[in-house]
Amino acid sequence: MATTAAPSEARRPGAGAPLPVPAVHVPAGSLRGDLRAIKIVWQRELIRFSKDKLRMATSLVQPFLFLFVLGTGLSHLASAGTHGVNLRTFVYPGVLCMAVLFTAMFSAASLVWDREFGFLREMMVAPVRRSSLVLGKCLGGATVASFQGVIVLCLAGLVGVPYAPVLLLEIFALQLVLAFTITAFGVMVAARIKQIQSFMAVTQMVMLPMYFLSGAIFPVSGLPQWLTILNRLDPMTYAVDPMRRLVFDHLNISAAARRALDPGVTWWGWHVPTLLEAGVVAAIGVACLFVAIVEFSGRE
Amino acid sequence: MSEAAAGGGSEALAPPAAASISVHGLTKSYGEVEAVRGIDFDVAPGEIFGFLGPNGAGKSTTISMLCTLVKPTSGSATVAGFDVNDQRDSVRRNIGLVFQDTTLDTYLTAEQNMRLHAELYGVERELVAPRMRQVLEMVGLWERRKSAVATFSGGMKRRLEIARGLMHSPRVLFLDEPTVGLDPQTRSSIWSYIQELKRAEDITIFLTTHYMDEAEYCQRIAIMDKGVIVVLDTPDALKASVGHDRVTLQTDDDDAAIAEIGDRFQITAQRSEGAVILGVASGEHFVPRLFAELTVPIRSVSVSRPSLDDVFMSYTGTTIRDAEASAGEQRRATVAMFRRGR
Repeated sequence: MATTAAPSEARRPGAGAPLPVPAVHVPAGSLRGDLRAIKIVWQRELIRFSKDKLRMATSLVQPFLFLFVLGTGLSHLASAGTHGVNLRTFVYPGVLCMAVLFTAMFSAASLVWDREFGFLREMMVAPVRRSSLVLGKCLGGATVASFQGVIVLCLAGLVGVPYAPVLLLEIFALQLVLAFTITAFGVMVAARIKQIQSFMAVTQMVMLPMYFLSGAIFPVSGLPQWLTILNRLDPMTYAVDPMRRLVFDHLNISAAARRALDPGVTWWGWHVPTLLEAGVVAAIGVACLFVAIVEFSGRE
Repeated sequence: MSEAAAGGGSEALAPPAAASISVHGLTKSYGEVEAVRGIDFDVAPGEIFGFLGPNGAGKSTTISMLCTLVKPTSGSATVAGFDVNDQRDSVRRNIGLVFQDTTLDTYLTAEQNMRLHAELYGVERELVAPRMRQVLEMVGLWERRKSAVATFSGGMKRRLEIARGLMHSPRVLFLDEPTVGLDPQTRSSIWSYIQELKRAEDITIFLTTHYMDEAEYCQRIAIMDKGVIVVLDTPDALKASVGHDRVTLQTDDDDAAIAEIGDRFQITAQRSEGAVILGVASGEHFVPRLFAELTVPIRSVSVSRPSLDDVFMSYTGTTIRDAEASAGEQRRATVAMFRRGR
């Protein structure tokens, strides 16, 4: 490092001569500059998340409620239809998605805080592309949300899901995609909504229906038509369904149970493959990201 | 305070050909409200240039246009040689900004805020550490670099913002009301940092203020009122241009006193802040005549040499505080429109 001087003598104003630090020159816009911007915005998300232990804890409350309270409380009632599979095991894939959902949305919400507390301005006046800032934000949100997902992933043993390395990796990858999409969606909404209260209200209004319609707490076959339609329109469906398939692939259960609990999503009778489902989630994420970039680039 | 005035000289700085900031016919309207109505000025490299005016005069809007945060409605401006409309990124690379409201991430430490800024501005990696140390020492925050900004006082936050604005060695530093909301002691320390900065760096400083005493620190001042520049000169030249002392009276009947002064002395007195104010060539000689001839009982009288307050008064016909009171209504309307449009 080129600290040749002992600049401590200039601590007080009036201490005299300029210090021999070479002149800083801000380079013209470049790919490297944008990558640095993406990286630092991403890092900031991680730093903020790591400092916020309370947030880490509170965003686990809801997944735990669903997994242990709902999963245990309803297990007797549901035992007739689950072919011997524990209800907690059945809702576990949905809870894996839920952990990601709330954290990712919270990350996006911090953008509204940034606006209220002024920090957004510091980023908006920087000589970098807005797309770099938005992308860094989405990647940061995706990373912290996936981390939260990993905490729930660690509970697999408690609900009878084996710790198979391939399974864990596949689940993590899917969580990453979902986390990215939810953050991008949140950032897109945050570009328009200026007040944190409104943002929270809107996201609550969107998140809970998305979660309930997704099939996280019921199998998606044999539903009334209106519910089938809503279910197939819900982006979360395409995260929960492959998640459940991944988990059930590693369970030792009867074929009947598998058919009843993990029927898979169909489009007009056609079985949608896992990769396409993940692709749907990713595509929605990219679309939201694109809209968010356009919105942020458009404003002054 | 005036002995601290930067440069101190009364020689007007003629802007050289390569002005640091050059503004021509700049306007900005928010719907019906004309926040800035056509202003022209140049700022020389290395100058400390001040925009003085009440809240709502258009100072912040002007600064926002020069910083490329707000698009001008019409007119043109260059900053550090780059056009604010067509070369936004080049302008941004060459300016440092300190806003009225804090734009720090209070969750992060001072050092993390500085690093974040350095990364966003692409400061060469090997220069980040030494430059950060240099600017943090300049504002006396080097020892506190590991502390979260949330633990900082208002004055420390402002100093950190100034240091951060300097991190990438901008050629022009914009300070929007750098001392607003700070206690007098902190305000004067902020000013000593700004003066120190002027000595240590080759930089042009453009600032806005509505504190008259602070405008004395500037080499030149533009007084802005209701969206236009009413006068632009050095503080000394402005005060000389007023050319009279200010007599402030407390009377039993202000209206009668104003009328009587008009009749007997042919002087237009004004009412301001519960007192009667008038300008006369020689205050000491006028006061005895006043006592002898005025029939309205006088409760107190004071005479003062021209200050920037008087300059403001003589060019706008009101004191800056009164102007703020009346601009309040209009400003709220502007802000509301700005918010909606944002």
